[in-house]
Amino acid sequence: MAVTDSLSRAASTLAAVLLLSFGSVAASHIEDQAEQFFRSGHTNNWAVLVCTSRFWFNYRHVANTLSVYRSVKRLGIPDSHIVLMLADDMACNPRNPKPATVFSHKNMELNVYGDDVEVDYRSYEVTVENFLRVLTGRIPPSTPRSKRLLSDDRSNILIYMTGHGGNGFLKFQDSEEITNIELADAFEQMWQKRRYNELLFIIDTCQGASMYERFYSPNIMALASSQVGEDSLSHQPDPAIGVHLMDRYTFYVLEFLEEINPASQTNMNDLFQVCPKSLCVSTPGHRTDLFQRDPKNVLITDFFGSVRKVEITTETIKLQQDSEIMESSYKEDQMDEELMEPLKYAEQLPVAQIIHQKPKLKDWHPPGGFILGLWALIIMVFFKTYGIKHMKFIF
Amino acid sequence: MAAAIPLSLLVLLLLGPGGWCLAEHPRDSLREELVITPLPSGDVAATFQFRTRWDSELQREGVSHYRLFPKALGQLISKYSLRELHLSFTQGFWRTRYWGPPFLQAPSGAELWVWFQDTVTDVDKSWKELSNVLSGIFCASLNFIDSTNTVTPTASFKPLGLANDTDHYFLRYAVLPREVVCTENLTPWKKLLPCSSKAGLSVLLKADRLFHTSYHSQAVHIRPVCRNARCTSISWELRQTLSVVFDAFITGQGKKDWSLFRMFSRTLTEPCPLASESRVYVDITNYNQDNETLEVHPSPTTTYQDVILGTRKTYAIYDLLDSAMINNSRNLNIQLKWKRPPENGYIHYQPAQDRLQPHLLEMLIQLPANSVTKVSIQFERALLKWTEYTPDPNHGFYVSPSVLSALVPSMVAAKPVDWEESPLFNSLFPVSDGSNYFVRLYTEPLLVNLPTPDFSMPYNVICLTCTVVAVCYGSFYNLLTRTFHIEEPRTGGLAKRLANLIRRARGVPLL
Repeated sequence: MAVTDSLSRAASTLAAVLLLSFGSVAASHIEDQAEQFFRSGHTNNWAVLVCTSRFWFNYRHVANTLSVYRSVKRLGIPDSHIVLMLADDMACNPRNPKPATVFSHKNMELNVYGDDVEVDYRSYEVTVENFLRVLTGRIPPSTPRSKRLLSDDRSNILIYMTGHGGNGFLKFQDSEEITNIELADAFEQMWQKRRYNELLFIIDTCQGASMYERFYSPNIMALASSQVGEDSLSHQPDPAIGVHLMDRYTFYVLEFLEEINPASQTNMNDLFQVCPKSLCVSTPGHRTDLFQRDPKNVLITDFFGSVRKVEITTETIKLQQDSEIMESSYKEDQMDEELMEPLKYAEQLPVAQIIHQKPKLKDWHPPGGFILGLWALIIMVFFKTYGIKHMKFIF
Repeated sequence: MAAAIPLSLLVLLLLGPGGWCLAEHPRDSLREELVITPLPSGDVAATFQFRTRWDSELQREGVSHYRLFPKALGQLISKYSLRELHLSFTQGFWRTRYWGPPFLQAPSGAELWVWFQDTVTDVDKSWKELSNVLSGIFCASLNFIDSTNTVTPTASFKPLGLANDTDHYFLRYAVLPREVVCTENLTPWKKLLPCSSKAGLSVLLKADRLFHTSYHSQAVHIRPVCRNARCTSISWELRQTLSVVFDAFITGQGKKDWSLFRMFSRTLTEPCPLASESRVYVDITNYNQDNETLEVHPSPTTTYQDVILGTRKTYAIYDLLDSAMINNSRNLNIQLKWKRPPENGYIHYQPAQDRLQPHLLEMLIQLPANSVTKVSIQFERALLKWTEYTPDPNHGFYVSPSVLSALVPSMVAAKPVDWEESPLFNSLFPVSDGSNYFVRLYTEPLLVNLPTPDFSMPYNVICLTCTVVAVCYGSFYNLLTRTFHIEEPRTGGLAKRLANLIRRARGVPLL
């Protein structure tokens, strides 16, 4: 009896254990699937692309930025999630022999400006202050939506900067500069405000590696086109346009990105191999110590594309017709007809009326603080010198 | 039974709004138009206008259904209580002297002028916010508009739409001349059109052709207009205009034949299905059946005549909604050809080579009657080598006079002369036929002042340099190479001095 009891108990426990193990296997299988579904932890993508150089001979910096813009748009990030800052206008520059175009390959093979481009900050608006305000979100309340970086803690942000730089600084429009310490502090502000999930920082300038040396916030991966002490070189001039069209590093990055499509599984390690010293002359560098995931698990489309997880459902959803609004608008129509007075157009140049109009008197404002203060000082000095007893001669 | 009642109610509900829907007519309409004007200088101007008229009172709340009128602009009107808005972006300058008067000119750069409703309390604050919002919509730096470049005109810029009273306090005007127009401004402008750039006249709007022009101006105008002839209610009118002038020499390669394909690298294929009117007008005022100076392909079926900007003009109309126009050939490519080539029959120009040969310019011109023709050449002054100057360079240098050889029609026909019989003054030039006579005229020679160097300067420079060298270098040389020793002051009377003099003469040490 006891034997059968214990046997049955053992059997039940065995069954329970087996069930549990099956259950856990099944659970971990589902977890794996879920894991694959949400691999990187981000739900939306943003891109901030900055070109900091002005003047026609810096055509290649605008072409650099526009080629990254083109790739990012092609891989799915919409214009509303891209903040594009170009410090000068090359496409409609009077020196451009082919207006409304910016080419990246010589013989005018690829027009990276295109027909559908939205530049958010242009010309004089590209300043260090505006750039830092965009990153940290501390912008004046009247800024339109297209000029804001509305990222949250589940956003992956790509930041690309190009221009002329040196050891520890990047020049903005030949009149001001941003240092690597300021940039690192801005990223820390972003981290404190939870404005990003992961951040990829790419810079294509001379001595670009100096710009990412000072980063200290987590989840940042950085790439640069050259080490400290090296110059980033340009790729090729075009004899018809007369300037260098692209920088070498970005040229090879563009070639690399042209082969990526939204479904590709290429990872960051391949991006690190782009443009070895033989092609680029400078040594591209990268920094991954602040990044939590292994670069070989990070897909290129995690930053350059906007791959949305889509779940297809077969249920139908009924939409309701809103009858009240239709009725009220119809009534409104009828009410409009009942205005009595006919309206008329204004006379464009009523000479008689203009000649006889009186100029509006400016509103009287009471005297300001300075004038009041000055008079108070004069009166005080007067009475100090001559004494209060002289008041009776005044009043 | 119980189920039937809610079912019938449901049916009624469904039919109800459907019934209203059938009774309602569309409350906004779109008209699009393109006017092609060949200009007197050989260029071609093309003006697009897209007009959306919306019969609605936007001031009342509850407007949430936008059909043809773009939502971005409709929300602006209701949020900032606008009465009128005029915004333009222009690159280039309309040259009235060569091109004639424009339909609508705009200043170079960006111009924004706005009339607010009388209900607005803080006009300056609304103005600032409006310019920021517009800078986001049109990708332009309109956020630089502030009190330093805004004015309130007191007499001009009266409202172009309906206005009962005009208190200029509600008007603001600003211009940003440094603003650049490029594809990034054209893209959002195109997206405001109901058919975007997919059908109708807007397929011609390609950025790479539109910016390769001498003049490019795009504008947005919003104003209230009369809804009907009685004018008791308001409709909102949105006009988007785009004017471009194609240069004959840049895009036409010097030829004056034009076609839609050469101008825009596209042809018209189908009308915009949302448009109630879609037409192309071509200015054929110069088209005359007899003279045949200007020919238009395909031949116009209807024309429109009116007094435009003070002169009587004739326009050929091509209606895209007319099925015969498009069905014949799947696309519509309007071509303009000039039949008789204009005056300049022959030009020969041989540029100069320094110190080898001079410029030579020969032109054959047909001068029109009762007119003044001016021919001018620009030149720059250069510096010569110093040996090439004449001894009197301040007189100037001479440029040889121009020669005009002309065949002048004579009033009275002359008969051919016999050179031996007639007087000498009649036989200078051989005359081929008596209807015109040959004459050769010269202009005055031109005396040009070239920049003359100061030839006295070498002499001055040599004197100065030698003085400096002698004084400074000589002193330094002495300081560096001479040694100095101390000399005792000499004491003694006259006798001693005389004796020392004699001793020195003898070469004997002194006392």
